[in-house]
Order: sequence, then C-alpha cells, then structure tokens
Amino acid sequence: MPRKSKKKQRKGAVKERKEKVISSLQNFGEKTYDQIVSGEFPWTNIPSRSINNIFYDEKLRQYILGDRSVKRTARNIRHIRPLTQLIWIGMFADELSRQSKTSTLRDVYYSAQAYEMSFTDQQESDNLITDLETVIGYSREDFNVFPEERSAIFGDLTVEYTLPGYEGNKLNLTSHPDGMMIGPALTSSELVNCKADKVIAIEKGGLFTRFIEEKVHTKHKALLIHTAGQAPRATRGFLKRLNRELKLPVYIFTDGDPWGMHIAMVIISGSANAAHLRDLNTPDAKWFGVWATDIVDYKLPSDQLTELDVKRLHELKKDPRYEGKLWKKEIDTFIKINKKAEQEAFSRYGLTYIVDEYLPAKLEIAESL
Amino acid sequence: MSETFQEISPADFFYRNRDIAGFTNPSRAIYSTIRELVENSLDACEINGILPEIYIRISPEKEPTSDPSIYKIRIEDNGSGIPSNIIPSAFGQVLFGSKYKLRQTRGTFGLGGKMAVLYGQITTHGQAKIISSIGGPKSYEYTLTMDIQKNRPIVIKNKTHRNKSQWHGTIVEFTTEADYSRAMAKILDYLKQTAIVVPYANLTFVDPKGRFYKFDRATTLMPKPPTETIPHPHGIDIETLKRMIEATNSRTMKDFMKRHFQRVGESTARKFLEFADISYKRKPKNLTPEEIVKFVYAVKNYEGFLSPDATCLSPLGKELLNTGIKKELNPEFIAVHQRRPAAYSGYPFIVEVGVAYGGEIPKSAGILLYRFANRIPLLFDEASDISYKVTNDMMNWRHYRVLPDTPLAVFVHICSTKIPYKTVGKEFIADRPEVEHEVINALREVARHLSLYLSKKHHMEREKKRLDVFSKYLPKIARFSTKLAKKKKIPDVKKLMRSAARYAKEE
Repeated sequence: MPRKSKKKQRKGAVKERKEKVISSLQNFGEKTYDQIVSGEFPWTNIPSRSINNIFYDEKLRQYILGDRSVKRTARNIRHIRPLTQLIWIGMFADELSRQSKTSTLRDVYYSAQAYEMSFTDQQESDNLITDLETVIGYSREDFNVFPEERSAIFGDLTVEYTLPGYEGNKLNLTSHPDGMMIGPALTSSELVNCKADKVIAIEKGGLFTRFIEEKVHTKHKALLIHTAGQAPRATRGFLKRLNRELKLPVYIFTDGDPWGMHIAMVIISGSANAAHLRDLNTPDAKWFGVWATDIVDYKLPSDQLTELDVKRLHELKKDPRYEGKLWKKEIDTFIKINKKAEQEAFSRYGLTYIVDEYLPAKLEIAESL
Repeated sequence: MSETFQEISPADFFYRNRDIAGFTNPSRAIYSTIRELVENSLDACEINGILPEIYIRISPEKEPTSDPSIYKIRIEDNGSGIPSNIIPSAFGQVLFGSKYKLRQTRGTFGLGGKMAVLYGQITTHGQAKIISSIGGPKSYEYTLTMDIQKNRPIVIKNKTHRNKSQWHGTIVEFTTEADYSRAMAKILDYLKQTAIVVPYANLTFVDPKGRFYKFDRATTLMPKPPTETIPHPHGIDIETLKRMIEATNSRTMKDFMKRHFQRVGESTARKFLEFADISYKRKPKNLTPEEIVKFVYAVKNYEGFLSPDATCLSPLGKELLNTGIKKELNPEFIAVHQRRPAAYSGYPFIVEVGVAYGGEIPKSAGILLYRFANRIPLLFDEASDISYKVTNDMMNWRHYRVLPDTPLAVFVHICSTKIPYKTVGKEFIADRPEVEHEVINALREVARHLSLYLSKKHHMEREKKRLDVFSKYLPKIARFSTKLAKKKKIPDVKKLMRSAARYAKEE
C-alpha cells in the first residue's frame, strides 16, 4: 500500500503543474478583461529581462530577475501591438494546454496569421513567447510550445503517458536502441518505475550511441541522455524531474573546452536567458569531464585553443556561476596548457577504453565532489 | 577692288537673320508663329481691358503628307482691332518706332507677328488675309504681301464689310510651312502654360487633325493694364540720349531732366548736373559729343536717383496666379507670393512666384518649373534660366520638408518694362544678382507656407495612423482576453477609442 500511495502522489505531479499553468493564463486574461470593463487601457507589468535586472542567486544556485519591471500598456501606441500579441499568445497557449496539443515556435509564428496578428519575423514571435513566460512564470514547454531541437534518452525507466489517446500506456525507455526522443509526450509522462540509480548526460551523439552499445546503462545502472550540444529546455526540465522526483544523481560528460564546460554549467545553474523561470536547472548535477586536467593526466590528443576559446575562458572566469574550486582550477588549467580535447579523443586508446577505464574512474571522483 | 555697299530694309534684315527671331526650322517656326500671334492678340485685348477670346486653327493646306508640309494658320481675337488705314503696314511693313516711352508688353516692337507673316510668305509664296474692326459700323478686309527689299506692303485686295454687330477684333489668316507633328507637344504646352498665366482668357485651338483643345477662363478679373512711362536715368545709353535731345524742346538741361526722366525733380536735377559738372542752364541741343558721353558716364555713377517707378508695371497678382495654377493643374496645395518692386539698371521689375503640391501634379524626378516673363511662358533653354538655378541649386528644399519625390511645381513670373533676357531668342532670364535675390526670397516665402502645410498634413496623417492602430488592436485585445478569461460578453472598447482620440488632440 505505501508504494501505491507514493505512486499516486507522483502521478499527480504532471497534472497539478498543468492546472497551475492554465489558471495562471486565465488570471492574465481576467486581469486584462477587467481593465477594459472598467474603462482602463489594458496593461500588464512584465519583469524586466534586461541585463541589469538579472542577478545570480546563491541560494537557488541560478540566475533570477530583480524587482524591475516594464509596464506595457495599450495606451502607448508603441506598446499596443506587442500587448495584443502577448494576449493572443496567451489565448493560443491556453488552447494548446487545454486540448493537450503541442506546437512548435514556428507553428506559433504561422498560427498568428489566421488572426491577422502576423509577426514581423520569427524573432518577434519568440520574444513574445518569452514575455508570456515571464508574465505567467512558466516556461513555454509548460504551455506546450516546443522548439524544433530534440534530444534523446535511453535507460531502464518506465513512463506512463498522460497524452490524450495514450493515457495509461506504459513504455520502458530501453525499448529502442537509438534512444527515445525527449519530446512533449515524454516530458508530460508520469515516471512510474526506475531501475537506474544515476543519470549521465552526454554532449555528443556518437558517444551516446557508444555508451548504449557498451551497455553503460546496465554496467553502471544509468539513464543515458543525449543533450545534442546545449541541452534544450525540455531536456533540462526533464533532468530536473529525474533528479527531484526519482532522487537520481546527474552526471554530465562534455567536450573538454570552454563550450563543453558551459553546457554542463547551464544544466547545473541555468542560463541568464531563463532567469525568469524556475525548475530548469539541477544544482546538484556534476560535471565529470572532459576536464582540462584529464587532457594532461590521460595524455589525450588535443588541439590548441583558438583566440575565441581563450576569450570565452576569461569571460567564464568572471561569471558568478564559476565560483567553485573545481571550475576555477579547470579554467586556469585550460589557459595554462592552452589545449582542448573532444570526447572522442579517448578512441586513441581503443573504442572501449572510455567505457571500461575512464568512465568508472571519473564517476568515482564525481560522486565524491 | 571696290566693294559695293547696299542699304537693306529692316524687313530684309529680319529675312536674312530669321534664326535669331525663333524661325530656325519648320518645327520651331510653327511654334514661334502661334506664340507671336497669340501674344499680339492677348496684348490687343489686355491694353483695353477686354477679356480675351482667342481662336487658333491650324489646318492642312493640301492632302496631309509627311511633315514639314504646308498649313493654313487662322487666328481670331476680340481685341481692340486695328484702324483700317494702318492694317497694311501693321502686317506688311517692319517698323521701328522712335520709342522713347517704355511699357511692359509681351513682344518688343510688335515684330513677332510680322515675322510670322513674312516666314509664311517666303516658304509658301502665299498672301496674308487680315480682317479687322475697331467696333465701328464697318470691318475691313485686306489681302496683302510684303515687298521685302523695299519694306512695303503690297495690297492685293481690299474689301469693306458691314459690321452690324459692332464686332471688334482682328482675324489673321495665311499659309506657312510647318512641321506640326514635331512641334505639337510644345504648342500644347505653350497654350496650357498661357492658360495658367492668363487665367481670364478663353483659348480655343483646333489642330490639323481636327482635334479640339479648349482652355476656359476661370475668372473675369484682369490685372490693371500696364501704363507707358518715361525712362529712368539709369536705363539710358548714348544713342538714346542723343535721340531724346533731338526730339526735345526743352531749353535748359534742368528742364530736360525733369521732363524726360522719371522720378527726377527740381532738386535731383540740380544735384545731378552739379555732380556731372554740366551747367543746369545749358541748352540740351548744344551739348557737345564729349558732354553727352560725360553725361551718360555720370548717370551710371550717380547714386542719388530715386529707384525706378514700378507703378507702370502690371503684375498678375496673387489671386490670378493662384486661379491660373488651380485651373490648369488642380494641385492639392498652392502658395503664391508677390515681391515688392525692385530694379536693375534703371528698369523696375516685380517677381511673383507660386508653388503647387500634390493633386494632379505628377511625381517626377525633380521639381517642375514653369517660367513666365511679362505673361509669356518660357519653354526653351530651361537649364540656363536664373529661376532654374535658384530652384535647383540654391534652394534647400529639404529644409522645407520637400523630398526628392515630392510632387511639386514651381512658378516664377517676372514682369518688367525690360525683361533681362540673355539672348535675342527671349527664352531665358539672365543671371542678374538683383533678379536672383528677388526670386530666391520669393521662393523661400512660399516654401515656408508649403512647409507648414506639409507639416500639418504629416501630423494629421500620423494621427490617423495612430487611431487606425488603436481601432485595429483594441477590439482584438477585447476579443482575445474575453476568450482567455472564459467570459461570454466581449467588452466594449468605444470608450477607450474616444479617449485615444482625445489624447491625439491634446498632444
């Protein structure tokens, strides 16, 4: 019985969040409606996302927005169009959420034309979606708008769909050897059964496939996630759920250069672009490689840092998210050795070396961090 | 070897030098013919305050072949008419009057009409038929040719008609060689521009293909006719002075100055003669050639004369200029301005300008320029004209909100007892600093009015656009928020629209 109740509690998580999103959208609509009824030009406050209103919060271990906000009012000729667009997107998001349909950023851009609300370009529509996120406090994935990019997951996790037409269907994520796409159907699923005890997020597709072939998921009882470069927000949100709902530790494996390092950091501490959102970062996730010190210790084939790489390293040095000892040390080492290495560099020692030797060693170190 | 010298008659002189009078080729000749005859007719009406009715017809004399060909020209006016005894010499003899008097007229010496007839005669061997009446009980018809060498009219036929209706006016008919197809555009342009600057005239034109063009008067108001005046001292030269002395019966130089020059009184005459070092008691006819030269030289250097009298001039006036522009071009906006009289070299002149924007003014690469001098449109050599230079090089139009593609026409009318033409062709005004100054200041004045209008229009368009934005988006906000809030009734945005309009007024 206790197991069942735990399951029930978990099962509510997705639905509960969805209800919150819908009521938040409705609140926004009501506020606007009441303003018009009372003879007021409709307006809304949008927390400012400008650079001087973004602060790093030590406690949350992510970027957050400050107190400043901008008032967007229909009284102002320059505001009335974006305000109308914002309310339209709200209406569109509401429909998507209620009907459990999904849409891409591109869809939103085109759908607007049916309401004579054309956006000048994709950028304008994307910005307004971000505005809506800021106003209601939920990410676009919560109201079923997804970007085109998709990443993948493989491992012994059983999910149960909540998607209309699939409700109650279960799927084990080892069913397909290429991995399962982390799309709206998956992120809206309840997590019902998991045999893994950790998650490994991998930057590159080649390594992800290698890890599946080499059965890392059974050898290390791991869920494998392919981030495909910078992890999409849906993937970051899903990592967070795996960490929070299933209490799985998350390990991140990227190229050994400032860009790979930052892919890990965004999973851990979030990005400035998403400072208006919560629940997208996993503060306890660990980056285990490829470190700059690995390049030295494992004598990895390496390339020289480019000018851009060096510039980026100096930027990261000033970034509050890189305060930790490990990060500082790795940044300094990169600069000192003036070298970088890709994940595939381990192939120099044979195809299985990375799984048999490197991974266990580094996971052990990562656990102790 | 001895050369034989031969005296030639004025008619012969013009025959030999017809190029300078605008009769270069059959295309230019037909244009000049029409122009000279129309101008004579207009002068004949205006001097007597008659509202002009002018009918012009060009008809093919033989089966139309290719141009140049022979055409018959007929022009009728309702002017004051010509006394019967003067008719032959008025059209058959090139005359130089001893003109000591000055008057603002279209042509000089009435030469153009005679040139037209002369050109017709030498190209077609034809005769000219003139019918005229001064409104008395009879009208007179003459058929004549010109003896070019002797400068005499030869009357071939002479008839008298009864004139019951007391018609007054002149009809001229003759044949001439012309290239109408090439001149057509210029002739029509000329008539249209004449209609602008003479908005109180009815002009009718029937072309060789029988096409009928009509330019109706838009007003019965006429400018006061120009009056004759005596010269200003600054306007004379040695030859003029000699002739004046020959004709005068003044006994003293002081009296001579007072009687024959404008704006010279007792004190000015005394002071000037003192300046010129010529005794005021001296008898004009006794002046030595050296003294004549001295007198003219002193006139040029003496600064004590009052500026020339402009009351003899007959400008069009702001109202008529406005009417003319409006009736022929129907623009959206017109501003006109008349400068106060100014003078150059002893000749008074008045500059009038207009600017017309939008409406039927075509959008073109530049500003359309209409030039007029003593109510004649100037159609050739535009780029050499002072007004062209001022309009295109000196005015900073952008300062007045005029952009390169703004549909704009500029009108410049200069009237004077002597228009400062640069060449005998009488097609463009010379680069005189006095004229340039007047033209640019006049243009700046009308441009200021235009700028105000454009600014107001721009403001109103912006306001309209602003309200359009509100009326586009407010109903949408109402509709979308109703749906998002799960309400049934869409709220009314009329109240908000009203306050949006109110802000517009406040701002």
